[in-house]
Amino acid sequence: MGLRKRSLSAVAVLAASGLALAACGQSGGSGGGDAIELTITQNAISGGKNAAAADHLTKWLIPEFEKAMKAKGKNVKVKFVPNGVDDEQYKTKLALDLKSGKGADVIDIDGIWAGEFAEAGYIKPLAELVPEADSWDGWAQIPEAVQGLATFNGKKYALPIGTDGRVLYFNKTLFAKAGLPADWQPTSWQEILDAGGKLKAAGVPVPIQINAGTAMGEATTMQGVLPLLAGAGGEVYSGGKWSGASQPIKDVLAFYQKIYGGGLGDPKLQQEAKGRDKSFAQFAEGKIGILLEGDYFWRGVLNPQDGVAKMADRDQVVGYAKIPAMEPGKGIRGQDFVSMSGGALRTLNPNTKHPKEAFELLAFTLSPEALKQETKGNVRITPRTDVNKEILTGDPLLQFISEEVLPLTAYRPPLAVYPQVSVALQEATAAVVGGTPPEQAAADYAKKLEGLVGGAANIAS
Amino acid sequence: MSTDAAGLGRVRASAFVAPALILIAVFLVFPALWVVLLGVTNYRLTGLAAADPEFVGLDNFVSALTDGRFLDSTWLTVQFVLGSAVIGQAILGFTLAKVLHGRVKRFVEGLVILAWILPSAVVSFLWIALLDRDSGTLNTLLGIPGFPWLLDHPMLSIIVFNTWRGTAFSMMLYGAALGNVPPSHLESARLAGANGWQQLRDVIFPHIRGHILTNLLLISLWTFNDFTPFLLTAGGPDGKSEILAVHVYKVALQGGELGYGAAVSTVILLINLVVAVFYLRLLREQR
Repeated sequence: MGLRKRSLSAVAVLAASGLALAACGQSGGSGGGDAIELTITQNAISGGKNAAAADHLTKWLIPEFEKAMKAKGKNVKVKFVPNGVDDEQYKTKLALDLKSGKGADVIDIDGIWAGEFAEAGYIKPLAELVPEADSWDGWAQIPEAVQGLATFNGKKYALPIGTDGRVLYFNKTLFAKAGLPADWQPTSWQEILDAGGKLKAAGVPVPIQINAGTAMGEATTMQGVLPLLAGAGGEVYSGGKWSGASQPIKDVLAFYQKIYGGGLGDPKLQQEAKGRDKSFAQFAEGKIGILLEGDYFWRGVLNPQDGVAKMADRDQVVGYAKIPAMEPGKGIRGQDFVSMSGGALRTLNPNTKHPKEAFELLAFTLSPEALKQETKGNVRITPRTDVNKEILTGDPLLQFISEEVLPLTAYRPPLAVYPQVSVALQEATAAVVGGTPPEQAAADYAKKLEGLVGGAANIAS
Repeated sequence: MSTDAAGLGRVRASAFVAPALILIAVFLVFPALWVVLLGVTNYRLTGLAAADPEFVGLDNFVSALTDGRFLDSTWLTVQFVLGSAVIGQAILGFTLAKVLHGRVKRFVEGLVILAWILPSAVVSFLWIALLDRDSGTLNTLLGIPGFPWLLDHPMLSIIVFNTWRGTAFSMMLYGAALGNVPPSHLESARLAGANGWQQLRDVIFPHIRGHILTNLLLISLWTFNDFTPFLLTAGGPDGKSEILAVHVYKVALQGGELGYGAAVSTVILLINLVVAVFYLRLLREQR
């Protein structure tokens, strides 16, 4: 009885927030005559996570959209429902909202959730909800690979919001102290370890931070295992099979062991409940030498204006380099350098009462004007080529990513079981950081994988 | 003795209890049955199995009972209950109620009750600030910066935390119970030359046995199902403080395995029933 009280109260809290959303979204008719009320939600909150996105929505996008609709003779009121939590918790909340037939009308999801949400029926192909979605004029501006992020089983379930790329960030001040160059570009994993050794000798508290463990969630997989795996010439899923205890997986885990077993990283940081936030703060404070992250780290974390761990001298102090393959030519497709990309999506809640207007809002958020406005103070790689051409010139890192990194990047498999495989990979890194030999961790991972993907027949070793 | 003291008759009496029974059925019995039902499916939060769950029989129960993580979690929960409820809260609560007097008592009581009534979210932030390894208050006071309490001693941390948090209930209950011990009995014992321990064993405990058992029953069950430690350690590092309530949250909501989570919940329900029956038996023996 007690148990149910607790777990139910957890569900109740989540459900209550869902009800609150629904109350905002679907209570049309309260005030303002027959105003159409829409809600939009993101994992963004003013003054906190993704603050710039939240402010853009409330200060520019919503007023402009309401104005534009008024010009068309429609009385539309839009409400933003902010969130400021870990991505996993945001996902749980969305899933519960959608499962119970509630939730905001326009929602942001991570591209990698599209498969499992679609299979569960939580999101529907856009054309099924709004016939004109497929003829949206923006599609012509969005590259194939980016459109692929929003596609599941050949159907478009959402509009892509953008894409990103991962690089190695390093602190030039610490590098100078360790006698390392300011234009550092490692060409093998060994060179990363060598630089780590020199940083350590120069007294840098945490020479290298490459995410590991389960506490960091998908950030471990995306900013750790997968870019390394690509560098070892492996892919987590290819040719219809999942990668089991293959040589590339073992190489990746052995690299983790060299960092965290060799005193080049802080194993405790990988275990802490708020370890990733802490790693951000430590990098900003000049305690971390090298850190693998996406461009979000540059835009949203270190950003001197509105980052969560502001670094006033970011542009002078922070260097970045492409992620090298294990050895030159050893990466996927025989590459010397590798990266991983993901991207968020924005889609419609199938339960929306006003699909047409909700789609207009969705499309408006990705119009050239809205994207240019949104990226004015905080540049990011948008899904639209026409907009990117104009806006990326001002930011050296984003230009670097769009020109040097995106051509060699890779994407995660858009399959519903991927998030569970991802957790198994995180557990393997946690084991290695905790002292388990890489061979053993790889074998344990392969065993877990069998249960997840339906038997050894779906696994390549 | 009349079996119908209020003189209502069967029909009217039923009408009076019906609302309560309906509420219990809707909010307690139905969810319990629903959890049991979910436990025999492969229902998930997302993916194909969310749209179209399949009946899997007792698979979930078998895999729970053979899963090392579940068994570890159960063992951690036992440690948590014994450490923080039975030893921590009950003994500390009794000691505070027995030893303190006068103004000191009122002051300490105030502090202890404050720890009890503050919202969990607030309290856990305070404790994170206290135990943080880099800038925590405790490490600053002890002069050992960088000592990772929540990582190296996660169970000890949450046991001390929960003792601190929940002692007020035991303290107040024992405070009330001790008031019921007739002073004359204590006086006679003292005159007969009984020392402190003998007074406690032969006079006080027999008088408050019922209170002790009721207290232990309640705090054991509350602690068994407590979710607050999640706010301190999130079950980590690597599951080293993943007590059952946290385990269920992780597999069912974070991992999305609602069917498996429901099966684990059912097992926890049974454990709770066993604990409750054990205490109630002891209580009945006395009467």
